[in-house]
Amino acid sequence: MNSFQKVSQALNLKNNIVYLGFLVIFGFFAIMLYDDGFLTSRNLSNIVLQTAPATIMAIGLVFALSAGEIDLSFGSIVAVSALTTAVVMQEYPIFIAVAAGMLSGLAIGALNGVLVAYLKLPSFLVTLATMGLFAGVARAMTNLRSIPAIDPNFTGFFGSGKLFGVPSLIIWTVVAVAVGHIVYRQSKFGAHVIATGDNARAAQVSGIHVNRIRLYVLSLSGACAGLAGILYTGRIQAAKYTLGEADLMIVIAAVIVGGTALNGGKGSIIGALVGSLLMGMLNNGLILMQYSVSQQMMVRGLIILVAVAISLRDVSR
Amino acid sequence: MNQQAPVLELKKIRKTFGAVVAIQDFSLELYAGKVTALVGDNGAGKSTLVKIMSGVYSPTSGDILLDQEPVKFKNSSTARAKGIEVVYQDLALCDQQPVYMNLFLGREYTKSPIPVLDRKRMVKETEALVKELDVRIPSALSAISDLSGGQRQGVAIARATHWAEKLILLDEPTAALGVAETARVESIIQGLKARNIAIFIISHSLDQVFRLSDNICVLRQGVQIGVRETAKTDKNEIVSMITGLSY
Ligand SMILES: Nc1ncnc2c1ncn2[C@@H]1O[C@H](COP(=O)(O)OP(=O)(O)OP(=O)(O)O)[C@@H](O)[C@H]1O
Ligand SMILES: [Mg+2]
Repeated sequence: MNSFQKVSQALNLKNNIVYLGFLVIFGFFAIMLYDDGFLTSRNLSNIVLQTAPATIMAIGLVFALSAGEIDLSFGSIVAVSALTTAVVMQEYPIFIAVAAGMLSGLAIGALNGVLVAYLKLPSFLVTLATMGLFAGVARAMTNLRSIPAIDPNFTGFFGSGKLFGVPSLIIWTVVAVAVGHIVYRQSKFGAHVIATGDNARAAQVSGIHVNRIRLYVLSLSGACAGLAGILYTGRIQAAKYTLGEADLMIVIAAVIVGGTALNGGKGSIIGALVGSLLMGMLNNGLILMQYSVSQQMMVRGLIILVAVAISLRDVSR
Repeated sequence: MNQQAPVLELKKIRKTFGAVVAIQDFSLELYAGKVTALVGDNGAGKSTLVKIMSGVYSPTSGDILLDQEPVKFKNSSTARAKGIEVVYQDLALCDQQPVYMNLFLGREYTKSPIPVLDRKRMVKETEALVKELDVRIPSALSAISDLSGGQRQGVAIARATHWAEKLILLDEPTAALGVAETARVESIIQGLKARNIAIFIISHSLDQVFRLSDNICVLRQGVQIGVRETAKTDKNEIVSMITGLSY
């Protein structure tokens, strides 16, 4: 065992990488960007607000990955749900519009789930296909136009406003993470999801309905993406087909860096939250450092590569 | 030889897969507190019989009687609900999960009124059970992947023991183990007899069969060749029954 392995084992580096990475990058930006206002409460709360939709998508993805499935379609679901909500809101009350947006996400997720669980198609290919399919649907829905959603009741509850003096996006994040964490760690359902991803045959002979679990996790991932689309719409007060487009890499990176296994059986909702905040902080810091958009993309890609490599590196291999 | 009634009785079981006849005209009785061993060459139909008894397959024809009542198992869940547990050849454990979650896989305890997992109670029962069965594992919290082959087998047997009310089926429980670990697992199986459940074990090791069993049933190409009391037979007789050649 070389010294790097010893140190990494002592710190349990693999399992805690996300917290360590978060602190290191936070410290780096705090020093480097002190004069640019990185540490101001306004900037820090901005990071949390901006990552709220990604965090909620990440929660759904933790369930899907833990059950041994992957969802690549959530970015497209975000756009469909956002546009559905904004379009319906033009004619109907807010709660109907929000319900329609959520339902569209749930329905696409359930479609993924049925194809995977009952037609026995691999989730990678199913969700790759529905990602493309619904990216097209989102473009066609409004002919590439963006739809405004400026009702203050809507934006107040789902985006830019405050509830009880706290920004509503922070409340959504906290509630979603808390509920997600409890369901994942403390419920029978969570245990069955993890068992299905760990050893599907063992779960099945133990009486767990593994196909039902697969349907549920992909539906849940779709519903989370649906909610994320609504929150995006509330925050920018409009829906557009480009919403969610850039989230695929960021959300997968957040989840993997946060300690969820790509091949099932292991995951963490809190880790995904911190991973998502880490991605948001990177985004924010790189902008403050005045990197150009193309430079930001390259730096972000490299940092994700390093982070994922450390989290996934199998020392025994 | 047995005064009591059999726990499980197979009557003229036949199982075909298309044109392949895997089991024909198989009858057997299993008794509480007794170990019955099933021996036979590769492809004789042993695993198929286990799957019939555990509800994975339904027989093409023939009857299964549980406590002398005819039963039809729709799937493995119905057999499990009636007190029949299986230790599968591949163990069917979730490697990344702790021992106690495997023991309660699919049957987790929850608290009331809010149904959150009752981990404390599951850990406590796991600790009591592994102590009672003398399965030597570091802790109920250890992940399966950190255990040795014998310890894993012990966990799989402990799980079956915990839930079996009538019958435990073991499909080659020591096939992948070394000498010392085999001895550990055998002593665990010996300990199960005291629990007054019927035990049915498949093994390719005749030494093991003679160490553990009360009765030996021989299967050749799907046909039951005969049942012998272990104390009243010897290896030569069993080998000639398995192969069909006389010595
Ligand atoms: N699902 C199936 N479909 C078709 N044929 C099958 C099926 N399962 C078993 N068979 C056949 O039934 C016969 C008995 O198989 P089985 O697995 O029960 O043997 P076994 O005695 O357990 O052998 P081994 O000692 O190698 O484990 C074999 O000829 C096998 O090819
Ligand atoms: Mg077999």
